[in-house]
Amino acid sequence: MAQVILDRLKERFTAGEILETGSQHGNEWARVRREDWRAVCDFLRDDGATKLNMFIDLTCVDRFVREPRFDVVLHLYSLEKKHRVRLYAGVTEEDPTIDTLVPVWPGANWFEREAYDLYGVRFQGHPDLRRILMYPEFVGHPLRKDYPKEKRQPLVRRDPGRVD
Amino acid sequence: MGFEFHTTQLKAATNWARKFSLFQYPFVTACCGMEFMASAAPKYDLARFGAEFPRFSPRQADCLVIVGTITERQAPALRRIYDQMCEPKWVIAFGVCASTGGFYQNYSVTPGADQIIPVDVYIPGCPPRPEQVLDGLMMLMDRIQRGEGHSQITIESEKGYDVPLASIKPLQKGG
Repeated sequence: MAQVILDRLKERFTAGEILETGSQHGNEWARVRREDWRAVCDFLRDDGATKLNMFIDLTCVDRFVREPRFDVVLHLYSLEKKHRVRLYAGVTEEDPTIDTLVPVWPGANWFEREAYDLYGVRFQGHPDLRRILMYPEFVGHPLRKDYPKEKRQPLVRRDPGRVD
Repeated sequence: MGFEFHTTQLKAATNWARKFSLFQYPFVTACCGMEFMASAAPKYDLARFGAEFPRFSPRQADCLVIVGTITERQAPALRRIYDQMCEPKWVIAFGVCASTGGFYQNYSVTPGADQIIPVDVYIPGCPPRPEQVLDGLMMLMDRIQRGEGHSQITIESEKGYDVPLASIKPLQKGG
């Protein structure tokens, strides 16, 4: 459907920035080296053949035993070319950092905050990297596979000694 | 005939008045809100039970209706709203999420509003049918008439006769 995007990527980035590409159910995807995440996105937005001007989604997947442990997943769409692509970038547990995409697509702001909140991936250069869903007192990142399923961190509970 | 009269206790009369004039505070957080609207709209018509008056300030409300999921993040706000309500006050947990957390058993959802505040009547269902809501409301009205409830102020003194409202005290826990 959008093989042109993968072709353009392989044409432009030849120094190992694109680790792997593929196509599944008519949707193209590419695995990008973490250090080149921002450069690849800049290119895909501005290139005349791709024009991926719409940020659709950014999220994260915890693969746990695999290395690198986390996958940051980005979905992009071109309003003009009517094509879409999915990008992956692997992030390790020891150094869970990746460049922010807020300067490229401002819509990435809250999505990166969500991925930070729930998975603990730090987006370097993000203008306001705070928790967005959980409360500031919350400790840890609840969608990590090693976060205990039964663990609760309540802010308030009834005082057993109080007469209501 | 000419002269008719009717005797009652002040307690019974006060509770009767209270149960037919519930001002609700709808704390609506989730999809149960649609069913709450259906219960309040003409077809099922909560107004028949004197509970038609939603007040959007807790200071004017008697009955806190918790409609929907309570997250841990929201729990302090719910506690504060409950604390702002004047006595006497009652609480209805509307739907399984408000009652027990429902199918949300995870890091973010409070397992039941009664972890935060006392609850008088639990209405199960996901969401509950309006008939269940009316049933729950009538159960609450029965409790009010009997003078029961977590926060129901008793107007029976230790001496066993009715006392002025100014001197009433809350029931002890479990009373």
